[in-house]
Amino acid sequence: MPDGSEPILDVHDLKTIFRTRDGEVHAVNSVSFSIRPGELLGVVGESGSGKSVTMMSLMGLLPSPPAEVVRGDIRYQGHDVRAMSEAQLRKLRGGDIGFVFQDPMTSLNPVFTVGYQLVEPLRIHLKLSKRAASVRAAELLALVGIPDAAKRLGDFPHQFSGGMRQRVMIAIALACDPKVLIADEPTTALDVTIQAQIIELIKDLRQKLGMAIVWITHDLGVIAEIADRVLVMYGGQIVEHAPVRELFRNPQHPYTRALLETIPRVDGARDARLRSISGQPPSLAAHPASCPFAARCPHAFERCLAENPARRLVSPGHDVACFWDFATGGAHHG
Amino acid sequence: MADGQDPRKLVEVSGLKMHFPIYAGILRKQVGTVKAVDDVTFDIYEGETLGLVGESGCGKSTAGRAILRLYDPTSGSIVIDGKEIAHLEGEALRNLRPTMQMIFQDPQASLNPRMTVGSIIAEPLLEHHAMKPKDRRARVLELMDAVGLNREFASRYPHEFSGGQRQRIGIARALALNPKFIVCDEPIAALDVSIQAQVVNLLEDLQEQFGLTYLFISHDLSMVRHLATRVAVMYLGKIVELAPRDALYADPKHPYTQALLSAVPNPDPDSVPQNRIILNGDVPSPTNPPKGCNFCTRCPKVMDICREKDPAWLDLGQGRYAACHLLEDA
Ligand SMILES: Nc1ncnc2c1ncn2[C@@H]1O[C@H](COP(=O)(O)OP(=O)(O)OP(=O)(O)O)[C@@H](O)[C@H]1O
Ligand SMILES: Nc1ncnc2c1ncn2[C@@H]1O[C@H](COP(=O)(O)OP(=O)(O)OP(=O)(O)O)[C@@H](O)[C@H]1O
Ligand SMILES: [Mg+2]
Ligand SMILES: [Mg+2]
Repeated sequence: MPDGSEPILDVHDLKTIFRTRDGEVHAVNSVSFSIRPGELLGVVGESGSGKSVTMMSLMGLLPSPPAEVVRGDIRYQGHDVRAMSEAQLRKLRGGDIGFVFQDPMTSLNPVFTVGYQLVEPLRIHLKLSKRAASVRAAELLALVGIPDAAKRLGDFPHQFSGGMRQRVMIAIALACDPKVLIADEPTTALDVTIQAQIIELIKDLRQKLGMAIVWITHDLGVIAEIADRVLVMYGGQIVEHAPVRELFRNPQHPYTRALLETIPRVDGARDARLRSISGQPPSLAAHPASCPFAARCPHAFERCLAENPARRLVSPGHDVACFWDFATGGAHHG
Repeated sequence: MADGQDPRKLVEVSGLKMHFPIYAGILRKQVGTVKAVDDVTFDIYEGETLGLVGESGCGKSTAGRAILRLYDPTSGSIVIDGKEIAHLEGEALRNLRPTMQMIFQDPQASLNPRMTVGSIIAEPLLEHHAMKPKDRRARVLELMDAVGLNREFASRYPHEFSGGQRQRIGIARALALNPKFIVCDEPIAALDVSIQAQVVNLLEDLQEQFGLTYLFISHDLSMVRHLATRVAVMYLGKIVELAPRDALYADPKHPYTQALLSAVPNPDPDSVPQNRIILNGDVPSPTNPPKGCNFCTRCPKVMDICREKDPAWLDLGQGRYAACHLLEDA
């Protein structure tokens, strides 16, 4: 990990709201993080906790209305992303910053062939000729493990399997050698052998090109294998942030602990029933005035219901947003 | 399934083929076929969960869709509840729909963006059941509770939900008609582990309560281990191994199953990936499968015969089957 270098992407105090007929949804609240070149930042968290909305907000990808980024400083290589024009943003997206969306079927256009969707960014961003772009497109498809790549450029998305569509998305995101790759659940539709292949590919690109990667996933096995640092999100906030080993060995947020306990395994005794975290996810109808996890937390006490904990440092590089202190088994003072 | 007595077969698939034509050129002439599912035979017993795993693109979704007759199969037979349905059409097919349902892999693509979540879940009820609006409404809310969706969201539209929440809309909808048989195509891939556990527990509860039968397609081998009674492993359009769950995980027989199980990432940053079998070699295409065994281009244990002859489907005893030349004289 290239320590000490400047962050390539730096996000401070991001807040995104949806204004719907039924009122506001405070999907992302005071989210701050940064990532350096060559680093892999894993993002985990409850379904609906704001992982995708955070990343879409960064690149101005959310339709407004209903979405509004109400606050936040977003810097790419020191440049203020929120001050950029739509044209500048378009240049950044798909050029310097590659994006793999969570839902391949909606982000691939069903009326264009896969080849066209791969060739377009190559022509726009890298100014390749039509021919050079098709050659490169076939290479990219082969790189993500699609058999008969050159022949399949003329196929439409619905002719591909779920996992193949996901790999097409990865190929599109990687097309222009991005400096930052934001991958939202990029391997959910892949079997473990192809997932292993994609992970190797990403590791390789990271080393060769110093690509910075944000990898959102529910698969803690993947996180354990590839991440340098991990963000844990809950209820629109970052509740814990730590180097990967530290997170697995010494989790400090009750949500993180509960999450790690729910992982099913392929080895060892088979549980009769899977463990889940009881209770409902928080309502995001207003800006949080208390800890979003309090209602489900075994350690919650009065303060947690009256105040939203800020992130505090536990050890170098490890912070947690929680009033409980596992080290002392009591409330944290301060 | 109780031991001793013969469990009843609810689904009997034999020799199922699903080939897609490939057209090219301005005249859209057929230039080949994608053999997405190529001669697949298996049974599913009433009340069991058959796990279906295998490489991305090997034909799992296509098999699931063909069995539910969302496609017209190229050939083969599909018997559900004693009735041959492979070539049913029109009204006869429509009448069967309520008993068999599918939870789709791509939640977004299977939900109508212009309908509220409440009406999406109510749609199958409207289509197949005469119900008072009040009862229908109550049933929708009950289903939302069952899958852990907040009732207050019934009037929202699919795009207002996160990926995992959308998947649960699809599950609620599939459950609406109290089906007997459900094909679950990657029903939990988009969910966090806690909600995965909730959904899997829910599927198990429903199975126990209503005697449901599942075909559970998934890449998550630890979930399949938890949920499935037996597991079928597919590779390039064919089933290569079928075995009771514990036997398969403890002692995989087919080299592809061995590679698959070895590649599961371990949720421990200090574990060194041990003995992970990396598959090299060309990934073959279903348009042009290799001669001999479909796995021969990547198999770490490939022999000469594998490039010549298609391996037979061997009965290994104790409910285990596999197709591999290595197992032939054993
Ligand atoms: N267009 C929208 N209108 C209203 N609310 C929305 C909209 N899009 C997302 N939300 C809400 O914002 C919250 C965060 O959603 P997001 O998609 O970021 O979750 P996520 O962490 O990515 O979850 P998952 O793991 O399920 O993908 C969710 O509660 C969701 O319901
Ligand atoms: N409508 C179609 N037309 C042409 N080819 C198709 C069509 N649907 C699927 N295929 C092809 O059939 C093969 C099997 O696809 P299928 O979707 O069944 O795979 P899968 O096992 O479900 O994969 P995944 O795990 O990635 O979802 C793939 O090669 C795919 O490209
Ligand atoms: Mg998401
Ligand atoms: Mg599929």
